[in-house]
Amino acid sequence: MKKIVRIENVGQTFNTKNGPFTALRGINLDIHEGESISLIGHSGCGKSTLLNLIAGLTLPSSGVMLCDGREIAGPGPERAVVFQNHSLLPWLTCYDNVYLAVDRVFGAKEGKAKLRQRTQDALALVGLSHAETKFPHEISGGMKQRVGIARALSMEPRILLMDEPFGALDALTRAMLQDELVKILAATRATMVMVTHDVDEAVLLSDRVVMLTNGPAATIGEILEVKLDRPRDRLALAGLPEFAGYRSAIMDFLYKKQVKRAA
Amino acid sequence: MTATATFDGAMGSGGAAADARVADLKPLRSAADKGEAMTAVAEVETTAVEPVVRRKGRAAAWLRAVGGAVLPPVAGLALLVGFWYLATLKGGGIPGPVQTWDAAVAIFSDPFYRAGPNDQGIGWNVLSSLQRVAIGFGIAALVGIPAGFMLGRFAVLAKMMNPIISLLRPVSPLAWLPIGLLVFQRADPAATWTIFICSIWPMILNTAQGVTRVPQDYLNVARVLNLSEWKVFTKILFPAVLPYMLTGIRLSIGTAWLVIVAAEMLTGGVGIGFWVWDEWNNLKVEHIIIAIFVIGTVGLILEQALMLAARRFNYEDR
Repeated sequence: MKKIVRIENVGQTFNTKNGPFTALRGINLDIHEGESISLIGHSGCGKSTLLNLIAGLTLPSSGVMLCDGREIAGPGPERAVVFQNHSLLPWLTCYDNVYLAVDRVFGAKEGKAKLRQRTQDALALVGLSHAETKFPHEISGGMKQRVGIARALSMEPRILLMDEPFGALDALTRAMLQDELVKILAATRATMVMVTHDVDEAVLLSDRVVMLTNGPAATIGEILEVKLDRPRDRLALAGLPEFAGYRSAIMDFLYKKQVKRAA
Repeated sequence: MTATATFDGAMGSGGAAADARVADLKPLRSAADKGEAMTAVAEVETTAVEPVVRRKGRAAAWLRAVGGAVLPPVAGLALLVGFWYLATLKGGGIPGPVQTWDAAVAIFSDPFYRAGPNDQGIGWNVLSSLQRVAIGFGIAALVGIPAGFMLGRFAVLAKMMNPIISLLRPVSPLAWLPIGLLVFQRADPAATWTIFICSIWPMILNTAQGVTRVPQDYLNVARVLNLSEWKVFTKILFPAVLPYMLTGIRLSIGTAWLVIVAAEMLTGGVGIGFWVWDEWNNLKVEHIIIAIFVIGTVGLILEQALMLAARRFNYEDR
């Protein structure tokens, strides 16, 4: 499989009031086309920092980051981000929020009708055709997050980056959206990197689970390959011994090898 | 009076002569106006009675519904008028509510008369004050809002300008008037200049604050989408700053309306501030009280209109 993103010996150091703070060190990871990766670890371990580096929102202090063979020098529409708190613009309708992204990526090449079609398709993909004219404050948290996903997917990105996309949702809505995401990923064959702190979510959605050691100076502790057949069904998986095995492997890493001292 | 005298001297306009003329004309007009006012009021009442009778049931329900909202303010106003009545019962310099009401009826029955440059209806006075405020405030908005955006966007600029703004902002409006007179050599632009300089600060400061408070999430969206500078401004920066900007505008227009009265007292001409001073020279104290109510009402309307606009554009509560 083709490598979309290559991360070579990347480290990230922030300058703080109390001197330099090393968040990440020695990160090596290749992300292949069509694969789903979860980044998991205790809070404050630098999961989001790593995702922001791939997104290009921050630049690494050391090491090399490549996307399609070119150095990542900043954010770009080929690396779409779904933010934790949806980050929809409150003064635009759901349609306009998605259209903003569509227009940016395809506006130069395509006509208005095609752009409109793309926007409607993206919203239909997440099942929100009926909410096109609604403003973000008029829809539920789960719907907002779906618009965020639609906005990201509408750009037809090379890679979809998700920062705890379902973290702020209740358990039932989260499960529903996870199932939907499974379907969307299967349908679009998108490449995805997702930050999560939910073990079940990591196993359900990923081909590989990247486990980070505790910060400061966090690095990749283990990488777990999840060899479960797709499409995966939440209910069928629950009784499967393999599922339980992957689950306990991650739990083992998080709660035995990387015990988080009570703050 | 000293201020007017020195100023009139400097500007060479015949203030004293004009005052005398006004004093001659005023009583004649108000006597004639009173009769007209009475008939006008009577007409209004007869036309209003019929629908009220027809919709008596609905009106009662409506009254009950809004009674809770309307009654307390009305009671407060009645208390104020009652206190005013009692305080002026013994007579003295201040006219009572009845006397003031009669004068008000006379004045408002013909608000748009013109009888020479220094004797015009209260409507003209209010309108010319509003015009001065609109021009001074408009120029202040044109300069202040872009300046606020610049200050919010570029930290160096903010560091450069903030001490200057802090220094100039607390200066009393009237201290700026002589500078305006010196530069423009005429009273009217000087008053406008005073409005401009006093109403520009809240707009600069609030807009700048709004720009620095644009949520980082929105800016990250802009960066991920790689939006052009124009799109960032129109789709993200401007709508995000708009509520702050409107707060600045609201504070500015309040200040402008405060300042105009004082400025016009000194510059003369037509305007509600000048009118107050003119009526003081005529010893028409009831007119001064009417002017106070008019100034308050116009200020209230300006404030409420902008509050309404602000609520329309406030996305934060959503």
